[in-house]
Amino acid sequence: MESANQWLGRYGEDRALNYLISLGYQIIERNWRGKQGEIDLIARDGERLVFIEVKTRSSTEFGHPLEAITSVKLARMRRLVAEWCQARGVSSVMVRLDALAVIVRGGRVSFEHLKQVS
Amino acid sequence: MSLARGYAVSLLGLAGNIIEVEADISSNLPAFILVGLPDASLSEASSRVRAAVQNSGLRLPARRITINLSPASIPKFGSSFDLAIAITLLAADGSVSPQLAADWVHIGELGLDGSIRAVRGILPAVLACRNAGRTRVVVPLANLSEAKLVSGLEIIGASHLNQVAVLHGADVANLARVPVDDAVAAEETISPYEGLDISDVLGQESAVQALTIAAAGGHHLSMIGPPGAGKTMLAERLPSLLPDLTLEQSLETTAIHSIAGRGHAVGVSGNLFVRPPFEAPHHSSSMVSLVGGGTGLPRPGAISLANYGVLFLDEAPEFQLPALEALRQPLESGEVLIHRSAGTARFPSHFQLVIAANPCPCGLSMSPKAQCLCSPHSRNRYAAKLSGPLLDRIDINLRIQAVSSIQKALFSASDKPVAETSAQVRERVTQARMAAAERLASTPWSLNAQVPGHYLRHRLKPASSITRQLDFALDKGRISMRGYDRVLRLAWTKADIDGKSSISSEAISFAMFLRGTELGVSVA
Repeated sequence: MESANQWLGRYGEDRALNYLISLGYQIIERNWRGKQGEIDLIARDGERLVFIEVKTRSSTEFGHPLEAITSVKLARMRRLVAEWCQARGVSSVMVRLDALAVIVRGGRVSFEHLKQVS
Repeated sequence: MSLARGYAVSLLGLAGNIIEVEADISSNLPAFILVGLPDASLSEASSRVRAAVQNSGLRLPARRITINLSPASIPKFGSSFDLAIAITLLAADGSVSPQLAADWVHIGELGLDGSIRAVRGILPAVLACRNAGRTRVVVPLANLSEAKLVSGLEIIGASHLNQVAVLHGADVANLARVPVDDAVAAEETISPYEGLDISDVLGQESAVQALTIAAAGGHHLSMIGPPGAGKTMLAERLPSLLPDLTLEQSLETTAIHSIAGRGHAVGVSGNLFVRPPFEAPHHSSSMVSLVGGGTGLPRPGAISLANYGVLFLDEAPEFQLPALEALRQPLESGEVLIHRSAGTARFPSHFQLVIAANPCPCGLSMSPKAQCLCSPHSRNRYAAKLSGPLLDRIDINLRIQAVSSIQKALFSASDKPVAETSAQVRERVTQARMAAAERLASTPWSLNAQVPGHYLRHRLKPASSITRQLDFALDKGRISMRGYDRVLRLAWTKADIDGKSSISSEAISFAMFLRGTELGVSVA
């Protein structure tokens, strides 16, 4: 049984996927699980490999979704990127970390896409 | 627009620097970074600004915000940067006009609800704006009247962040409606020393005369006498004999009180110090409370609060020795320099020193009736606290006897000897000061107390027939060369008070009486 939040997260990731495809990204992998956690989306944007953290919220009442991406999470994501590259035997590629906020409100979805976060 | 500039003021001592506030909003994960040498209370600005902006109904972008305060090398203290940071941030986000935001200097602390709170040191801060050529300043409403003491600037008082945002072109529709309390309680504080008059003093004619001389020449004064003789009463009335402060003196003194956080009482009523201040620190005062200092933004001490007024040290030998010794340098230079690794704060301290002491620890040694029980050792130790360089700077040493019942009876029985009022004495003091200033017009000094000995002995050389008595005392070793100069100084003040254009042998005798004997020198 999926909780409402899990459902919202999955729904947000679905919408994010479509959004990125509409931007011309080629999706490589979704919800890849490593030892330390999960990468929501991995895509190719031209030359670059892009690792995307998706955060979905139904309101900004309790803070903006981007505010939920802390430096601790970001550091874990960097380690996951290295782990993924090793697992897939990928080397000497340009990588990028993106954050994508999905705000779902009253059936309307808005995106905020931050590229190359640090 | 993701980059904007604003301006604030940083104070060190009485000197203010215009600080440029830069706000950058970069497309990155949300964070609030404050750089540029902030102290602890300034680092907390990020939390205050964030809450204040959001509670005003304005929006902070969920992005990385970097605030830089430049020049980065100048240390910044306190919370008065909040308003400038908030407005610059809103300008960077495009909520208000960046041109208008950069056009104004913003001074004020923010509450979490967006209200703008009063800060210390508004007067010197606004003066710094004017000196830097800035023409428009926003200040907390509670500080407005104090800020308005500075002319030639467009000054606006605001009590809420929203008002400033609207001033800079924010869309009113976006703003939260907040109840704004514009009524600032105007508390008029009256100094407890106001209204004291020299005519209240019974008897003690010679002491009153000495006080008049001290006022006219700016001479430092010491009073030694048994408890209850009226030393404190006399000292408290010295300011009433001094002329009003000039505009420049009063701006400087008010600015010092503003930095000390006493500006509220002064500023709200919008008054400058017109009358000379009177400071009477308790004898338990620390060195820092006397000369200034403290952590963070250095605060002026009692000697600076008494700028162009009177510093009264009652029970002077009871003060800690380091505190007394620290007075020497400011007595000489008229300013205090507080050195910090980050910079030097300069506070003016042109005060007139009045010290009072008992003749011995028990205070009875001058009394004709009671027996003093102090041992010679304890008397010496008591007197030694005041000896040396500090007393060197004091021109008038006065011995005060308690008023006897006969004097009191004499005084109250006949209504003939009507005592002079402070206003009358002040009139004469003002005349005397004008005469001295005229004589010293071509010199850097204006008061007799400031004139160095060589000038007195050469340029203002009195005839040897007049100084015969003094030369005799010098020959006999009863006075030193320094004492000689002091007598000349006092004699000139006496001449000024009497409206004479030169000193007479009577003035010299009177001056020798005033110079008196110091504590510890046997009175037998």
